[in-house]
Amino acid sequence: MIVKGFVKKGAYHDSVTLMLVTKEVNQSSGVENSGVVMASENNKELLRDAGLFLKEFESLTETDLIVSVCAKDEDDATKAIQLAEAILKGVKSSALRENVGFKSLSQAVSALPGANLAVISVAGRYAAFEAFKALENNLHVMLFSDNVSVEDEIRLKTMALEKGLLVMGPDCGTAIINGIPLAFANVVQRGSIGIVAASGTGLQEVSSIISNLGGGISQAIGTGGRDIKKEVGGLMFLEAIQALEQDPDTSIIVLISKPPSSDILEKIAHTVQNSTKPIVAILIGGKPQVIEDSGAYAATNLEEAAHIALALHSGENVAQRLSKLQERNLALIEKAKELALGAKGWYIRGLYSGGTLCDEAQLIAKDLLGSVYSNTPLNPKFLLKNANQSFEHTIVDLGDDEFTKGKPHPMIDFSLRNQRILSEASDKEVAVLLFDVVLGYGSHPDPIGQLQPAITEARKQNPHLLMICSVCGTNGDPQNKQEVVRRLTELGVEVQPSNAAASFLAFHVVLNLNSTLNR
Amino acid sequence: MSVGKIFRQPLNVVNIGLAGFAASVSDCGGSVVQVNWRPPLSVDADAYSTMATHNNAIEAANARVMEVILSGKPVLVGMDLAANVIPGMRKDLILHSGPPITWQRMCGPTRGAIIGALIYEGLATNASDAEKLAASGKIAFAPCHHHSAVGPMAGIVSASMPVFIIRNDTFGNYAYCTLNEGLGKVLRYGAFGAEVIEKLRWMEQVLYPVLQDAIASLGSIDLKSIIAQALHMGDEVHNRNRAGTSLFYRTIAPAIVSVCNNTSDAVKALNFIHGNDHFFLNLSMPAAKCCLDAARGVPFSSIVVAMARNGTDFGIQLAGTNNQWFVGDALVPDALFFPGFTKDDANPDIGDSAITETLGLGGFAIAAAPAIVQFVGGSAADAVQYTLDMYEIAAAENNVFQIPYLDFRGTPTGIDVRKVVETGITPFIDTGVAHKEPGVGQVGAGVLSAPAMPFQKAFDGLAKTIRSINDGAIKNP
Repeated sequence: MIVKGFVKKGAYHDSVTLMLVTKEVNQSSGVENSGVVMASENNKELLRDAGLFLKEFESLTETDLIVSVCAKDEDDATKAIQLAEAILKGVKSSALRENVGFKSLSQAVSALPGANLAVISVAGRYAAFEAFKALENNLHVMLFSDNVSVEDEIRLKTMALEKGLLVMGPDCGTAIINGIPLAFANVVQRGSIGIVAASGTGLQEVSSIISNLGGGISQAIGTGGRDIKKEVGGLMFLEAIQALEQDPDTSIIVLISKPPSSDILEKIAHTVQNSTKPIVAILIGGKPQVIEDSGAYAATNLEEAAHIALALHSGENVAQRLSKLQERNLALIEKAKELALGAKGWYIRGLYSGGTLCDEAQLIAKDLLGSVYSNTPLNPKFLLKNANQSFEHTIVDLGDDEFTKGKPHPMIDFSLRNQRILSEASDKEVAVLLFDVVLGYGSHPDPIGQLQPAITEARKQNPHLLMICSVCGTNGDPQNKQEVVRRLTELGVEVQPSNAAASFLAFHVVLNLNSTLNR
Repeated sequence: MSVGKIFRQPLNVVNIGLAGFAASVSDCGGSVVQVNWRPPLSVDADAYSTMATHNNAIEAANARVMEVILSGKPVLVGMDLAANVIPGMRKDLILHSGPPITWQRMCGPTRGAIIGALIYEGLATNASDAEKLAASGKIAFAPCHHHSAVGPMAGIVSASMPVFIIRNDTFGNYAYCTLNEGLGKVLRYGAFGAEVIEKLRWMEQVLYPVLQDAIASLGSIDLKSIIAQALHMGDEVHNRNRAGTSLFYRTIAPAIVSVCNNTSDAVKALNFIHGNDHFFLNLSMPAAKCCLDAARGVPFSSIVVAMARNGTDFGIQLAGTNNQWFVGDALVPDALFFPGFTKDDANPDIGDSAITETLGLGGFAIAAAPAIVQFVGGSAADAVQYTLDMYEIAAAENNVFQIPYLDFRGTPTGIDVRKVVETGITPFIDTGVAHKEPGVGQVGAGVLSAPAMPFQKAFDGLAKTIRSINDGAIKNP
């Protein structure tokens, strides 16, 4: 060990800077201890106590700089002193840096003039508190968090309406406001079709199809699924329809939800009746007479809703547009016959990440195959005993609560779905796998990278297995729909432009299997 | 009013929670700021509902408390020996910093300083005798805070030590503090060697009479005004007292020159003040203490009136819970160390000096003190951010103490324990660091966020007090 000193007379640095330099020098290789100080009596005393004092420091005064290093050898000591000099040369007043992060809503609001929307995704039990604070600060709210009590939801929405603010959610996964996708949402063209949705992937599917077919979205407002239940009374759903009704940039309104409670249905029908704009309604799981009577176009599935809206947008005859869709479906029936020829087994298994897409598939299955088993069945009698175990024809929502407790959603984490693909593929009775790939912000940036190993392995295990899917999203999405479709096709997956089309094709394949009795 | 008004505004998003959700907004042309949200501190569910139910009463009490705190006017009115002025002070009583603690649980610096004080008082002649006496039960120990006093670091006050007398001119209450000994080997860091005792004697025999006469000749010195000016001059009056000391020096120097007959004593006294940048700390602390003490005993109030550490425990007191202490473990500060020392040498946080933060100074006013921002991460932006964070837990903004950089915004003042619980942000303290062994002294300076536990306990404790007030009211209508 040697002690080496360096002295610079009249080189003043404040003690804090010098302590920082000391800290750096102490980490230099071979350094046992060091002191970078101004030569005050007090500091010289400290150096003596630390064994860092040299005779040459004796005569120095407090305006002189001392660098004293105790190191393994001369070389290490010299390097350490050079380091201290270099750092001291580099010390300069640091300009104020960019935003170092906010700790609270009120700080953020004061830093962002014109803040008008809070996106809240904190743990459910704290979410309402943050949402109330946002409303108090006159911010609209998108409440992604779930596990917010229905009482809090009602209080939040009541307060919001008094202030003329939106509360989207709780459990609102998606929205597009002023062309900007929020949370799990797709990058769609802007246009004149407005959407109100109490169903997340329903909104994503309809807005993506519209955008992919040349239409555009003015606003897409999510309300959270519970809004249209009896307790909440459709507070935001109805208000959002009104807002789009008054919005000069919206000329057509699409409503998406599961069937609401009957009194809310009445209110919606009433609002529709008084609307001056054409309204398309897709109530997944029902096509209630009261909506048709109100003058709205009632669609039977999400794709149809998008096509009706597009027809209205372009001034095309709606019936004509639907008949074109019908022609497309006839072509799919022919395709199904072909595909069925190469298939073995007789059951279909649907593995969904989008809840509404899963519902839509079941709805389409109902007309063709009758009820199918599910963890979220349309008919409660067809509830799977064990959600992890498929039975006969089964379509599961892997994004349902029982699968996602303490785990990321299957749009982000593919491990659950990949396992399930492999276990279904190993079941010799399974002829068709049906699934969705949901793109957009929020979803996994590389879904095919995630799916590829499972798809390849499944194909190896069961070369006759038919895999049919749809990709919900747009070419503007970070994942790029076109690229995703290309890669899926390369993997031998049959890709359809919508979930409705993929489901229709898949179930028709199954119908053909049963008719040819290829057991 | 329609919710649709947002359709005609540019979208400016505050993203609270999952940081990934900010990307879609910034990618697609909106503005977004991220809130790094943290959960609130966990408290008893009953306590939470009691506090929510009595929100109006708490708000009213806090408004009253803040009015008292902000209207306090601390002035230095004189000096005397502790035994003559500190209420309850006696020869066999030693005051220490922080919440109450037994000799057995005291940290090294506190023990060292007590040993020094017993020698200084002539109650022991050497360290081992002093230690035996301290452990014998013949000497009583009590927090400075129980005797209208405050002390930096170990905060030891014994009967013959000279103390500043500070009066709150608005409310008539007093606070006391010893003289600051300077840096190096000093009693407040637990040093008790011969040179320490010698310096204390010089302070008692030379410095004290000179200062006493000088202060008497001036009548009184307005400390609030000095603190306000010092903030404009780069002090936060906890870890940096250079401006405050200079202003005090400017005030006292002519008086010393005119009243002191012994020129050599006058020069020594003036040089002592001049040579100690922390001289003013022992005035900023009792100034804060006497403003906050006036606000004690206001039922329902959730405002902190004392925040203090004894090197083992960190304790706080609320205006609404009388003299109850709520304590948790004292933490070791993140610090920069003097040559030859590391974090392993550091004692956990110690001293009554957090009384400055309690009044919206110190760490709360760090944005006013660019010279020491390197303690807080190296940049002025960090310092500003710390002060901005403290507004989140403060009940008010100071009417006199201001931050020039923040366009002379008043410092965040009056810690509301409810806000600490709600935001999970605990008070930010910048402080000196003592060696954990007695007798070594200061080893560095740094910062820390107060531990959460005292605030959780205080929240629950206030709720309990409120419930008992209500029960009493029901029993005795």
